[in-house]
Amino acid sequence: MPDSTPSPRRLAYLRAKRREKGAIRSLQVFLLIFFLMLWEVSARLGWIDAFIVSCPSRVAATVTGLYQSGDLWLHLWTSCAETAAGFVLGTLSGTLIAVLLWWSTFLSRVLDPYLVVLNALPKTALGPIFIVWIGAGTASIVAMTLAISLIVTILNMLVGFLSTDEQKLRLLRSMGASRGQILRKLVLPANFPALFNTLRVNVGLSWVGVIMGEFLVSKAGLGYLIVYGSQVFNMDLVMASVLVLAAAAVVMYQIVLWLEKFLKKYLGVIA
Amino acid sequence: MMIALEHVALTYQSPDGEIEALRDVSFEMEEGEFVSIVGPSGCGKSTLLSLISGLEPPTSGQILVDGNPVTAPSSRVGLMPQRDQLFEWRTIWGNVTLGLELRGERDRAAYDRARELLEQYGLGAFAQKRPSQLSGGMRQRCALIRTMATQPRILLLDEPFSALDYQTRLSVSADIHAIIRQEHKTALLVTHDISEAISLSDRVVVLSRRPAVVKSIHDLGALRDLAPMERRDAPAFRTFFNSIWKELDKNA
Repeated sequence: MPDSTPSPRRLAYLRAKRREKGAIRSLQVFLLIFFLMLWEVSARLGWIDAFIVSCPSRVAATVTGLYQSGDLWLHLWTSCAETAAGFVLGTLSGTLIAVLLWWSTFLSRVLDPYLVVLNALPKTALGPIFIVWIGAGTASIVAMTLAISLIVTILNMLVGFLSTDEQKLRLLRSMGASRGQILRKLVLPANFPALFNTLRVNVGLSWVGVIMGEFLVSKAGLGYLIVYGSQVFNMDLVMASVLVLAAAAVVMYQIVLWLEKFLKKYLGVIA
Repeated sequence: MMIALEHVALTYQSPDGEIEALRDVSFEMEEGEFVSIVGPSGCGKSTLLSLISGLEPPTSGQILVDGNPVTAPSSRVGLMPQRDQLFEWRTIWGNVTLGLELRGERDRAAYDRARELLEQYGLGAFAQKRPSQLSGGMRQRCALIRTMATQPRILLLDEPFSALDYQTRLSVSADIHAIIRQEHKTALLVTHDISEAISLSDRVVVLSRRPAVVKSIHDLGALRDLAPMERRDAPAFRTFFNSIWKELDKNA
């Protein structure tokens, strides 16, 4: 197309698109502010009991207090570190086990019913067992996280590995590729998209595991703050912790998305 | 003889029973010959290529390449699979050198040869591009160069053009045909498209329905010297088409 100036119709289309985007953004911001103001005003006018439901100004004051005392970083760091540990451990060991099961069809068929049962089992039921076995500490929390994300990782990755294109497998075998080569050159790179789907799911699951674990046993962390706050009926602290948790979870999810984008671009992995 | 199939038969075992895929397939190919196999779908044409490339052994009979029985995949035989099967996560260069990489080839000359093939067939400028950036015809060419990079003397083409639209298919098959001729390769093409078989090959082997036996072998004679596009206009083309079509029809 040699003509570089867009047609009036094109300009009108672009303008309309921009306007729509702007409208959505401003409405999103408006909703947030409206909700926060409604919450604040209802609390101040006594429509709702601020002691039970807290209010934005008290939440803000609580966060500031936590920040000034240095407690915010301690709790935030504790939870983030546990989540990251569980996330990395769960993804790595899950993928490794999936590779083993892909390698040995026999083993995977033997273990199949166990995986089904473990997958169906609500993993939080294992929490008390971990505490007795591993002790009331960080290790139990990471174990909890692992329990929640591991089985899903294994199953997701294995399904991906097993659905590798038959014709591509045939091509590699005709070139005399060994099983190890098939794994490295085809099965793993072909499943990069599946791996990233798993990573995205696992970030969420890891947070569930950490908060569950901290509810059961902890001396620090956002889950600890929430439980502690509710026990001493400090709802400001509970609300503040939930908000900080939401922020931390979003940041971690964004990091995974960014990592995915980065790897796709620089390693040339295409979904 | 470059390739000789002697009473090749294959019976699969599956939980539901035995499936006799090939009953008795025998034919021979000379060096430099282009032979096509046509047959009804599901008659075991692709299976035959798997056997010749050494991916699985026949139940009975034997397959000789250069007089030696085929027991495992070898570098003498290169398989070009259905669709191009390029790896999207690799560059064109990465795709073309896949076979050399798998073989652990350290000899610079082998890589130089792959580079030459890319240059010669107009893909030199695309070496660092991704398959998704190439047209259907160029992808097919890249797939052929990938197969030729390990310097096999025999090319097995398993319905390589089946995913292309009709227009592209005509030009790509002529293109691939020219490259195979120029490189003096022996080629065995499996297809369900009768006109494709007649326009590309020296001889056409017609297989029956499963369990497959060789119904007939057609020597295309005078058509051999014509380019694929010219063949489609030759009077003999119709004749061959009709007789092969009738044979397949009788079968069905």
